Amino acid sequence: MDFIFQNVLNALQWGSFYALIALGYTLVYGVLRLINFAHGDIFMVGAYISFFVAGFLLGPLAGLSPMMTFLLTVPLTMILTACVGVTLERIAYRPLRRKGAHRLYVVITALMCGLILEYSNLAVLGASRLKFPELVDKQIWNVGGVAITNLKVLVIVAAIAVFLFLQWVVTRTRVGMAMRAISYDKFAIPLMGIPMDNIIVITFILGSGFAGLAGLLFAMSYPVLEPFMGMLIGWKAFIAAVVGGIGDIKGAFVGGFLLGAIEVAVVTVFPSTYRDLFAFTILLLILWMKPTGLFGIPQSTKI
Amino acid sequence: MLLQVENLEVKYGNIQALHGISFHVNEGEIVTLIGANGAGKTTSLYTITRLPPPEAPRVVGGDIKFMGESILKTRPSDVVKKLHLALSPEGRRIFGNLTVMENLKLATYAREKGADLDSEYERIFELFPRLKERRNQRSESLSGGEQQMLAVGRALMTGCKILLLDEPSMGLAPVLKYELFRKLKQLNEEGMTILLVEQNANLALHLAHRGYVLDTGNIVAEGTSEELLGNPEVKKAYLGG
Repeated sequence: MDFIFQNVLNALQWGSFYALIALGYTLVYGVLRLINFAHGDIFMVGAYISFFVAGFLLGPLAGLSPMMTFLLTVPLTMILTACVGVTLERIAYRPLRRKGAHRLYVVITALMCGLILEYSNLAVLGASRLKFPELVDKQIWNVGGVAITNLKVLVIVAAIAVFLFLQWVVTRTRVGMAMRAISYDKFAIPLMGIPMDNIIVITFILGSGFAGLAGLLFAMSYPVLEPFMGMLIGWKAFIAAVVGGIGDIKGAFVGGFLLGAIEVAVVTVFPSTYRDLFAFTILLLILWMKPTGLFGIPQSTKI
Repeated sequence: MLLQVENLEVKYGNIQALHGISFHVNEGEIVTLIGANGAGKTTSLYTITRLPPPEAPRVVGGDIKFMGESILKTRPSDVVKKLHLALSPEGRRIFGNLTVMENLKLATYAREKGADLDSEYERIFELFPRLKERRNQRSESLSGGEQQMLAVGRALMTGCKILLLDEPSMGLAPVLKYELFRKLKQLNEEGMTILLVEQNANLALHLAHRGYVLDTGNIVAEGTSEELLGNPEVKKAYLGG
């Protein structure tokens, strides 16, 4: 029993990371029909931003306590990472959109932006890995033989809170309605007096901000940073979003947690080298049975 | 003159769609643009609402003035927000994945804070009681006539002072057509200025005060509705003899 609970907890933790990143893919896709392949690297940038913010706040200039540093690093990382996402939209995607470029070119641009982020990091900071400082004293609670760390709980609670927040934004606010409306038909958006670019910027702020949060939480949980850390996790989160039904917030979270669960389940039975092979085979089967993803609705093509 | 179009010339790529047309709309009027497919009616409306590319044509000559000032540099969202011009587009273009109520709410995006929206929703529901019954349904499940009512209601909820309507009668059964046009008349009597684009010239001219006849990007006839209804050439070409 303990063994199972321990693994459920691990699955939830990994699922939380995937879910937090997947929602960025899903938000941008929902609004722009664009697969933002740079998103995994936004997560990486978020981790680095949190490293430097935390380093500065702990350092001699600010000299804050680790707890204070953590409390300030969360919002600062989210804001700064959101700025990176919005900048990307401004300099890379918007000009193409203005010129009415085909979607393929925008996706390729996104891929290139991701590579630029990775290699500019490599160029500026070098190939050496960075060690993230410990901000929160690690506490381990032993509940009936299951070791629960405060960090794991923090990650899971953060993911659930973000899910509830976004679900509220998308279903209850006028900005969220506009996001859903854009995904259905862009044409009539300006006719409602809605400046489309503002909605797109808000979408990037939300997606990148939460990728930044994921980067910080990931760095706190696995405190080694390197320029390519966003690549594989980004791909996996993207696949999770697609399996959940891309464009749907619920889908991104369910997909993320599903991938986390499958990975942990595979590792408990098979050697860990089998993990990705099995996980993706299962996801492939899910898509084979339901090509629109678990929560996706087939897109009707309009003339 | 509320809205004034002067010698407007527009192009889609290299194809000229309007060859210097002029028309105007006075406050409180219903003005109609009639003509066959491809005459430039929808193009005129898209140009006025300043829709962004790729839908919108490029203005290469002339001007559009709202209360005497050129609006060629106005952003499309500001046409709605600041000039209070709203378009109910051809083919309705409602947001099918939102409920009826959400469609109406979304249209208030640019409204000033403090507007009494609840009474305006009520007004829309009085005008179109079917929408009230279906307020919580996904709007793509509505019938064609109901969708058209929603498109008009949505345009009204932007708080518009001029309502532009593109082919509102298209695809509607005769009964629904007449019902919709009666509602438009009612709206006008309550003070709404309307610019109506229609292929159904007979119906449009019976509602409007004045009209313009468009043919391949040129205005070929204009006058009061009575004049146009009595004009032998208009009769022959657009009113079925």
